[in-house]
Amino acid sequence: MITFTSAGIMLAVMALTTYCIRVTPMALFHRKLENQWFKDFMFYIPFCVLAAMTFPDVLYSTKSLTSGIVATAVALIMSWRRRDLLVVAIGAVLAAVLTEYFLMLF
Amino acid sequence: MLEIVKRHKKPTSSRKHRRKVTMRAIRWKQDSFNRNLKKQVRDLAVVRHLTRYNAMKRKASQSNEFVRGLMTGKSIGLGYVPVSFTFGLVAVQMGFDPWVAVFISLTNLASAGQFAGIRMISGGAAAIELAMTTIVVNIRYFLMSLSLTQKIDTKMPIWKRCIMAFGVTDEIFALAAMEKKDVSFPFFGGLMTCPIVGWTLGTFLGAFAAGLMPPMVQACMGIALYCMFIAIIIPPSRTNKDITYAILIASALSCLFKYVPFINKISQNGGGWSLIVSAIGAAAICATFFKTKEQTETETGKEVLQ
Repeated sequence: MITFTSAGIMLAVMALTTYCIRVTPMALFHRKLENQWFKDFMFYIPFCVLAAMTFPDVLYSTKSLTSGIVATAVALIMSWRRRDLLVVAIGAVLAAVLTEYFLMLF
Repeated sequence: MLEIVKRHKKPTSSRKHRRKVTMRAIRWKQDSFNRNLKKQVRDLAVVRHLTRYNAMKRKASQSNEFVRGLMTGKSIGLGYVPVSFTFGLVAVQMGFDPWVAVFISLTNLASAGQFAGIRMISGGAAAIELAMTTIVVNIRYFLMSLSLTQKIDTKMPIWKRCIMAFGVTDEIFALAAMEKKDVSFPFFGGLMTCPIVGWTLGTFLGAFAAGLMPPMVQACMGIALYCMFIAIIIPPSRTNKDITYAILIASALSCLFKYVPFINKISQNGGGWSLIVSAIGAAAICATFFKTKEQTETETGKEVLQ
């Protein structure tokens, strides 16, 4: 059993490291950049980070590759139709679970 | 004749008359003084009223901003519940005390970093190793924080910045970055409230309900996080072709680091470095070859907030 007493230092290290990463640029960087290239770069950063995190790891995030592919397809179609974040997430989880049960039939 | 003489007669400058004139002058002066005083008081009242009105308006707009943030963030908060639920499940299965799992969620607010962290702690790693892994997996928050500094008031005091920094996660950042105008402190505060509550609550539920759910459903919960990412990036790409290309390039680079032999050696340790290289590379390519306009940014903001 890992408790506060046995892993207290590790928990503190983890929390402080995570916070330091976030707070350093925020606290030290006080000016706005006028460079157009940098502005464009910063415009693309959220999309690129999220896309690189999602693909290809999303395919392996369920029990099997098949259900991962099905759930990803469902999520892509639902988000293309501008469904809410939560609706897309629940829909994809349901699709993955149903696919798993369907695979178990064979 | 007599009347004419009378009319031309000089006004009598009797003592009584002089006194009357003086009194009238004094009274007029007093009246005008009173009038001025009244006017000044009225002006002062108007000014005070306006000041109070402006302060009220400012406070109202601040609370409006906060509420708008809450409304924007509530779906992220709800979406976090299944993901942090999974985290709670996994942590308890790895032998963590349920309250430790909740504490980790509350203090870290980082999905992938937390999963990597509990793996390290339960594996008995050294503190320096844990710190290095946390940095590598979470280094993207550095980029996001840096990007967010471009969207906040340059004069914002440092304590507000320190509070805002705590709420920089993938989804919160993405929604804040797609705001049309600068991100205000109340808006960001509202935006980060629901996700923090949802993330902690989900961990709590997952940690204490571990074992109650069918294992099949437990195994499939992990995809919820990725689906939220998809639901954030796909809608804006419908109207902006450049975003579509950015997503495709970033995904392709990420796949390259996953599948191509030798290169995929980088993506060990949770894939922090390969993620950074893919994201920076793709964003740099897009910034060099495609031109964004201010307009595309506002369109994206509308698209996401719908």
